[in-house]
Amino acid sequence: MTVRELVQKLDAKILAGEEGLERQIKSGYICDLLSWVMSHAQKGNVWITVQSHVNIVAVALLTEVACIIIPENIEVDTLTITKANEEGIPILSSALNSYELACKLKELI
Amino acid sequence: MAEEKNIISLQYKVNGEDFSLAGEASSNVKKILKQLGVNPEAIRRVAIAMYEGEINMVIHAKGGIAEVNITPEQIKVLLQDEGPGIADIELAMQEGYSTAPDNIRELGFGAGMGLPNMKRYSDEMKINSVVGKGTRVELIFNI
Repeated sequence: MTVRELVQKLDAKILAGEEGLERQIKSGYICDLLSWVMSHAQKGNVWITVQSHVNIVAVALLTEVACIIIPENIEVDTLTITKANEEGIPILSSALNSYELACKLKELI
Repeated sequence: MAEEKNIISLQYKVNGEDFSLAGEASSNVKKILKQLGVNPEAIRRVAIAMYEGEINMVIHAKGGIAEVNITPEQIKVLLQDEGPGIADIELAMQEGYSTAPDNIRELGFGAGMGLPNMKRYSDEMKINSVVGKGTRVELIFNI
């Protein structure tokens, strides 16, 4: 499944990184501790985090996750959006919480 | 970038003033290693370890210098700063130990995993630190 397809199925909003919407998704990862994410998230993961500051873009870039989902309609810094657009990292926003998103992902992926 | 006898040398100034720029150097190194066709697992190890080093320099030392030397067999990353130094390296190497302030922890950093991650992902790690003078970390990755 691509990030674009996931956006439709989850009814999520695309906040940034249109360029990366054709990336393939492989499983998911939920964590807000960036060092932990750095060492455990895998290429192609859907990464769900409540962190919304600009450093999540660097973490996503280095771990090669397919996209970031920010749950519960948490507001995302403008700087984060700008940077994600520059790097082509999709950032999605959802009204669901991390648990609900994980349940949906299990059905979809 | 200087290219000589199969060695590629890169040097980056890690800006300590701007936390949002942390990761620029490691992202750039990652792109170059990809272009060079280095295997993806090695790239991942280098990028993660170097990013942790960059973040450490930004959080604790107001920035520093990162140097990367790439040969066909090995990647060497040297991180040098003129920060406060590490009083007890053994303690700093313990997972979970951190002296990062609360505002940094709120961002999801300062979990005390930086140095342990750097050790885990490199094949060799050397730290020299003098309190009040600075820290020098050398990471070697065999590829």
